[in-house]
Amino acid sequence: MTVAEKPTTKHFLSTKNLPLEDLKNLFSKARLYKSALDKNTAEHFPKIEKTLVNLFLEPSTRTRVSFEIAAKKLGAQVVNIESATSSLTKGESLIDTALNLQALYADALIIRNKESGSASMVAQHLNIPVINAGDGTNEHPTQALLDAFTITEHFRTLSLSGLTIAIVGDIAHSRVAGSNIPLLQTLGAKIILVGPESWIPSNLANENVSISDDLESALKVADVAMFLRIQTERHANQSQVPLDYYVLKFSMNQSRLSWLKKDAVIMHPGPINEDIELDAHCIRSDRSLILQQVSNGVAVRMAVIESCLGH
Amino acid sequence: MDEFIWIAGGRVIDPANNRDALGEVFVKNGKIVDNLTVEEREQAHHIDAEGKIVCPGFVDIHVHLREPGQTHKETIKTGTQSAAAGGITTVVAMPNTQPALDTVQTLNELNAIIKRDACINVFNTACFTKDRKGKELSPIEDLISTGIVALTDDGDCVEDNALMRQICEIAAKHSIPLMDHCQEPTLTRGAVMNEGKWSRELGVTGWPNAAEDIIVARNIVLSKYTGAHIHMQHISSAYSVELIREAKKLGIKVTGEAMPHHMALTDECLKDRNANFKMNPPLRTEEDRLAVIEGVLDGTLDIIATDHAPHAKEEKETTLDKAAFGIIGLETLLPICLEVLVNSGKCDLPFLISRITHKPAELLGLKKGTLSLGSDADITVFDPNKEWTLTEESILSKSKNSPWLGKKLKGKATHTLVAGKLIYKA
Repeated sequence: MTVAEKPTTKHFLSTKNLPLEDLKNLFSKARLYKSALDKNTAEHFPKIEKTLVNLFLEPSTRTRVSFEIAAKKLGAQVVNIESATSSLTKGESLIDTALNLQALYADALIIRNKESGSASMVAQHLNIPVINAGDGTNEHPTQALLDAFTITEHFRTLSLSGLTIAIVGDIAHSRVAGSNIPLLQTLGAKIILVGPESWIPSNLANENVSISDDLESALKVADVAMFLRIQTERHANQSQVPLDYYVLKFSMNQSRLSWLKKDAVIMHPGPINEDIELDAHCIRSDRSLILQQVSNGVAVRMAVIESCLGH
Repeated sequence: MDEFIWIAGGRVIDPANNRDALGEVFVKNGKIVDNLTVEEREQAHHIDAEGKIVCPGFVDIHVHLREPGQTHKETIKTGTQSAAAGGITTVVAMPNTQPALDTVQTLNELNAIIKRDACINVFNTACFTKDRKGKELSPIEDLISTGIVALTDDGDCVEDNALMRQICEIAAKHSIPLMDHCQEPTLTRGAVMNEGKWSRELGVTGWPNAAEDIIVARNIVLSKYTGAHIHMQHISSAYSVELIREAKKLGIKVTGEAMPHHMALTDECLKDRNANFKMNPPLRTEEDRLAVIEGVLDGTLDIIATDHAPHAKEEKETTLDKAAFGIIGLETLLPICLEVLVNSGKCDLPFLISRITHKPAELLGLKKGTLSLGSDADITVFDPNKEWTLTEESILSKSKNSPWLGKKLKGKATHTLVAGKLIYKA
């Protein structure tokens, strides 16, 4: 009966159906890495002597560098491929590109691509780990992981039950929202999706998720206000919501800071369109966790890489 | 020498003639006749239809046969063989070929291919705008002279209302139906599937119901003012059904079409990103699904058609964003309609058969879809209880992009006759 089974490849593709136990393990690993990074003692960790390929077919600085530094801190090698230099521009399909990288002895693939479902499609064809670094308007699971990690760190709690998180912006087109909505629910948070009606599919509402088009009333009850980048580049229907209307109703600025609860914080996955999602004052205010998010990205991605490639 | 066919033992259902009884159907030299002499019966090809249904061959007025230009997906030959296997004896082919059917020459060349390769009746349509671009009128009056049965830009929708009004005026003048693909393009840029919970869940751009509803409403208005018959293709949205229902009450000359997939499936089916569930318009919610069925039952949606849209494997085995829109449907029309409408008790067999025989034929003025004496002997014999499994090997279409691959289905054509010739036998 028990024939030796090929160990299943560990991918990291989505936050949907991610067990709470796995999440806790990733977070405790990330906490370890974070404190080592802060104390400059990361070199004491056992080395992961593997080669990772960063296959980034959409522009990215922060996420690509974050993965690269995370991998290097673990002692791994990183090869960067960007769309302009890849064979995809010569007509090769994404699956073929990925199969070639596997044949070149890459040990894992970190993929960003503009089509939803790209990473999971590639994972079906490969037997090395695939990490989703953002696929179209679907998911950006490591971003959600670092967001949730930042919240748990700030509030010094593992469970998010009792916390209300407002996610503000274009919910329908945001892959950050796509990963955060399931993940934050797994951790027990209440979520308010805030934005223009045509950017929030109404049937996303459930017992833990409510929908609002009133920023002020949402901020009055939220512990965390997470503002999403308005992704004009990803808007098929650009005319749906005029930008000035969006700014009028949903932009966060100095005068609106008073709408926040006493201990509430502001987050943003970056890059920020200044004066659209947030003004400069909010970005730099003591309510902002934005730079902590960026730093935590490295520790969280170290934990993800380790979970896929470690022993 | 005369040729005779004698089909006996089956339940004969011919809705156009209110016929539904055990009985016989006789064919002499390709035409339906009321009887055969004893000598003729002795010479006749005999088909035993015991336990089966004998009815007019099905008429599918919404089919993509892909010729000319995309013969890696389908050809006139394979597409009509696929239709025959589904009990379909007449199809109306859509003009979104390469090149599009927008010149007399292309249509004449296609007619020659049809004459050579088609094993069933194929009627053509032509585009109302050049290359289906929605910018310039095609030479509509010349195109009509080739014998087309309707005008359509299927696959695309004319956004320019002034141009659409002009098209309606010309169509009304020539009493030729317009078949319109109702999709407001500015609301559906980059759209992949129904806009809603599942499009967010899968992270793809949604195709809102409103994009269909707006064009259905626009077309109702233009039909009212011009008198043009506008047939709304593949209705998928509950509110579009309601709009057509109300327009008909006002006597406006619009008709509507339902697809088996919109009656059987919802957008939840895309949850595994299987592009064999991606089509245009998309699968929608349960509420929309039930509204389309209700529209068929109360006659708001006059007919059922397949929107058979073959695509090669590599055009479907990719991300939802990149995969081509459309599914094949000729070979599954009968079992899916039986399941959704008849076996579920929503309507009886004669009602279903009327929606896939004489009703679509009448809608486009085709003398098809009946067993009337003297008409062409286009006849389908099917076993409503035959269970079978749809597999890539069983499909006669050149393409295999069906959402029902691997599924057990019930109901199958056993004999398909066109003009008295047995062209398919299970």
